[in-house]
Amino acid sequence: MEVLLGITGKDFVILAASKAAMRGPTILKAEDDKTKQLNEHTLIAFSGEAGDTVQFAEYIQANVQLYTMRNDTELSPSAVASFVRGELARSLRSRSPYTVNLLLGGVDKISEKPHLYWIDYLASLAPVPYAAHGYAQYYCLSTLDKHHHPDIDLEQGMKLLEMCTDELKRRLPIDYKGVLVKVVTKDGVKEVPFDNNRIVKSA
Amino acid sequence: MDQLVRQYTRSPHQNEFYSEQEQHDLTEALPPLSLKFSLPPVANHSAFLRAMTDDHSNPSCPIKLAHGTTTLAFRFQGGIIVCTDSRATAGNWIASQTVKKVIPVSRLSRGEDKPGSDPVPGLLGTMAGGAADCQYWLRYLSQQCTLHEIRHKRRITVAAASKILANLTYAYKGYGLSMGTMLAGVTPQEGPALYYIDSDGTRLPGNLFCVGSGQTFAYGVLDANYDFDMSVEDALELGRRSILAAMHRDAYSGGFINLYHVTEAGWVHHGFNDMNPIFWKTKLEKGEFSNVTSAL
Repeated sequence: MEVLLGITGKDFVILAASKAAMRGPTILKAEDDKTKQLNEHTLIAFSGEAGDTVQFAEYIQANVQLYTMRNDTELSPSAVASFVRGELARSLRSRSPYTVNLLLGGVDKISEKPHLYWIDYLASLAPVPYAAHGYAQYYCLSTLDKHHHPDIDLEQGMKLLEMCTDELKRRLPIDYKGVLVKVVTKDGVKEVPFDNNRIVKSA
Repeated sequence: MDQLVRQYTRSPHQNEFYSEQEQHDLTEALPPLSLKFSLPPVANHSAFLRAMTDDHSNPSCPIKLAHGTTTLAFRFQGGIIVCTDSRATAGNWIASQTVKKVIPVSRLSRGEDKPGSDPVPGLLGTMAGGAADCQYWLRYLSQQCTLHEIRHKRRITVAAASKILANLTYAYKGYGLSMGTMLAGVTPQEGPALYYIDSDGTRLPGNLFCVGSGQTFAYGVLDANYDFDMSVEDALELGRRSILAAMHRDAYSGGFINLYHVTEAGWVHHGFNDMNPIFWKTKLEKGEFSNVTSAL
C-alpha cells in the first residue's frame, strides 16, 4: 500500500512517495521520507520489505558517492541505474535477497535530458516516461497514459501528479498520509511544496 | 327494487386489478427463490468448487472459469453510459474476443443488440465474473421482470429488479457464484438509475461503477474526467476511452469496445468496435500513450 510515483517532462523529473511508514495494521510515522539523493542530479524513491529498503538505499548511496570520490566524476542517471540493477540482480540470487522496489529519477548533466527508471526487486530495469510502484500502478498508469506528454513543463507535471494523488485519495482504501514530492532538474534536487490536505470529491 | 339495484352495482374500480385470491394464487405459483439444483455430495460446497476451479492455487484444476473483464457504467445529465470490453479468459487462455457483456434485461429486447438509432425500451445488465453465472442469472432476472410486467401491468423499476438479483445472489452466498453486475435503466418512477450487484449479495445504488479485473484502470481515466453535466458526446467518448485504458493495461481485458447509452426512451447501441484502430488513432492523433513506441 506504499505509493511511489514518477513523472518526467521536458527538463525535469518528479518523484513522489507516500509519507506513511506502515507496519502491519499500524502507521508508525506519518512524515516518512522514502527518497534518497544519490548525487547532485539523481534521486531514488524506494518501497518494499521493512528494513531492506533503507539498508539497500544507503548501501547504493554510499557506493555511488564512493565512486565519485575515487574517480572525481559524477555518475550519470543511466550509469547509476545500471549499478542499482546490477546490485539487485546479484542480491536476488543470494541467500537473503533485498526485497526493494525503486524509481530512479535524474537529469543527465551533459545532455540536460531527464531520465526515469522503473526498477523492481527482481532486478527489472526499464526506462519510462512515467512510472508507479505498488497499487498506485493500477490507478495511476491509465490516468498517465491519457494525460502525459513528453514535453510538458513542471507546472503541468505537478498538475498531472495531483490528478494521480486525487485518484488515490478517492479509491485507495487506506490513508497513505499524502506524498512527499521532490523534483530533479539540471540545478539539482529540491523538495517542492504539495497540498496534501485538499478534500477530493467522489462522483 | 333496492335489492335489484344492489345486485347489479359494483364499485367502479373493482375489477381493474387482481383480486386478493388471484394475487395469492399468482404468488403461490412462483418458483421458490432458491431454485433446486443438484449439488455435489460434499460437506462444503464452496470449498469443493474452489478446489475444482481455482487455477491460481491449482493450475491443473479441472474446470477453468471464464473470468477477467472490464465493465463500466455511469450516470450523467443525459442518462447512463454503459461500456464493456469483449474478452473472455479461462486462466491464461483467451477463450473469446467477441463476447457480448451487455445483456438487455427485458422481454422486448432480449437478444437484440444490433447497432441502431432507435431506442429499445428495457434495462441493461453487465457481465463480469463467471460468464455462465451472469448469463444464466440475468436471463432468470429477465424472466422475473417479464412476470412482474404481466402481473402489475407496468415495467419493473431498476431498484426492484436489482433487489431480485441481490436477494438471489444472497440466497446462494457461499455456494461459489461469481458475478459482478451493474443494472442500468431509466424509469418514470426513478429517473436514470444505476445499481451494482455482486455475488457476495452486495447491492449499491450509485453514479459511477467499474467492475472487473481492469476496474482500477478504468476508474483512473473515468474519475479524472467525470462530470455529471457533460454532454452526451463527451460521455460516450469518456466511456470508450476509459475502457480502452483498461484494455491496454489489463491482460484479461481486450477485444472490442461495446458501448451503450440508456435514455428515457430506452437504450441505444453505439457500436461494437475493435480496440486496435481506436488505440492507434488515440496514440497517433492525440499523442497519448507516450510510453508506447510507434517506431519499428
